[in-house]
This record gives sequence, C-alpha cells and structure tokens, in this order.
Amino acid sequence: MITCRELISFLADYLEGNLAPTERVAFEEHLGVCPDCVNYVESYKTTHKAIPLAYADENDPAPSEVPEELIQAILEARPKRE
Amino acid sequence: MSTSTCQAGNFADEPTLLAALQGGDDRAYHFLVVTHSPHLLAVSRRFMRNEVDAQDVLQDAFLSAFKALPSFRGDAKLSTWLHSIVVRAALMKLRARKPQWKRELSIDDVLPRFSDGFDHRDNPGPAWRSTVEQELHSKEVCSLVRQAIDRLPEIYRVVVMLRDIDGLDTQETAELLGVTTTVIKTRLHRARMALRELLDPSLAGV
Repeated sequence: MITCRELISFLADYLEGNLAPTERVAFEEHLGVCPDCVNYVESYKTTHKAIPLAYADENDPAPSEVPEELIQAILEARPKRE
Repeated sequence: MSTSTCQAGNFADEPTLLAALQGGDDRAYHFLVVTHSPHLLAVSRRFMRNEVDAQDVLQDAFLSAFKALPSFRGDAKLSTWLHSIVVRAALMKLRARKPQWKRELSIDDVLPRFSDGFDHRDNPGPAWRSTVEQELHSKEVCSLVRQAIDRLPEIYRVVVMLRDIDGLDTQETAELLGVTTTVIKTRLHRARMALRELLDPSLAGV
C-alpha cells in the first residue's frame, strides 16, 4: 500500500484523473484506511475551490475604484486622429 | 469628459465599438477605457500588490492594446483580449522588479512534513469544520485566502493566479512563464499544499 507521503504527492494527478488504474486503486485503498489522508484530500479540494472565490469581486468592481487621473493619463496616450 | 458622463451609446455591441476604435473615434476610446479599467486594475493589483506598480501596469497594458488595435480582428471578446494584455504587462513588470526572495516565505516551511519513519504526516490535526464550504463566499474567508496567497513566494503565487484565478490551462501558463508544463504542475500542487497549510489554523474544526 502507498504511504501518506506518496498519496499527497500523487494527489493533484488523482484529482485530475491522471493516475493509471492500478495507482488509482492503491490511492483509494489508502484512503479507505487513513482518516488523516481523507481529511487532507478534503481540505486540499476546499482550498482549490476557495482560491477563485476569494477574487470573485474582481469581476464586478466599482468604477470609482479607478482614479480619474489614471483614466485621463491612459486616454492621453491613445493614438490621435491625423 | 468626466467618467460619469460616459454612456454605452452606440458602443454596446463589440463590432461597432471595434470599428469605432479602429477609426480613431475619441468617444470609443473613452468608452473602452472607462468600461474596462475597473476590472483590469483589480487584476493588476492582484499581481502587483502595490498601487503604484498596479497603475503603471494598467497604463502599459492600454498602451500595448492601443498599438495592437489596428490588427485586432475581434476573434476574442475585447474583455478577454485586454485581460490577457494586462496579465502579460504584469508579468513583465514582475520580471523587471528586483528579486524579493529575501522577504519571502520559504515554500518548504509550509509544506506537509513526514518525519516519523512511516511516512505519516506530522501533526495532522482535526478535519476542517463542516461549515467551511458554506463560508467560502464570506468576506472573512475570502480575506484569509487572499492573505495566504499573498504570502506565497512569487513563482508559486503567479502560477496559482494564472491557473486558478485567470483560468489559463497548464500549457498556456507554461508558455507565458517560459517553463515546462511539468514545472507548472509541480509549482501549482506545491502552492495549493502550502495554501492548505496556511489556512489550516483558521479553518480546522475544534
């Protein structure tokens, strides 16, 4: 059976479905007997979900977040009509 | 013209906006900058962690976009195109900065340790509390996650942002950073493990 260290090193490949069938079986056998690794896998998956959510407000920021002077500086750099 | 007077007007559809931009219409440029700057500045702030640099990156990015506009065919949405230009400008600025490794956390200090001779994890601690999934949208947890990402060494932080926030795939990330896909996969896994460790004290149950 694989060790806890090996399970954690294979975790990303396991979650992405990249393990060979025999490796997957060994991974899941370990999870069947190791509650610490079950907890680790769950918290790793939660971490992965939390990352984009932490920046979700980036998609809907207030226009007032941008200083007017910055807008003007950018506009002054635009190509001018001949 | 003040930003408050900017109206969508005739620029609500992208082909019209693009044609106006390529024709040098001042109102179209104003509309483009006012509409897209809030999101793009937020993206830049996430990479740069410094307001002056974030604003510089936004200016550099728009300058690049203005130069490239004549040859832009509208294959992607303008928002997607501008987002990718900001990310490239931010990466260029980060590369040009002096190395900050002396102030950075060592990733090895926040990876799981296995020292009992049987390859069990040291001090595994309790599971995360059962309500964590519902808390992921809360301001408190979002703030904890942002702080944890900010603590990562830059080479890991950038990979997490490109893959997990900007939504690039492994190949695209590898090309942008000039490394192999294997390096990206390894850095991403190590970064997520490190983030899990950094969040553990706040999210573990009692």
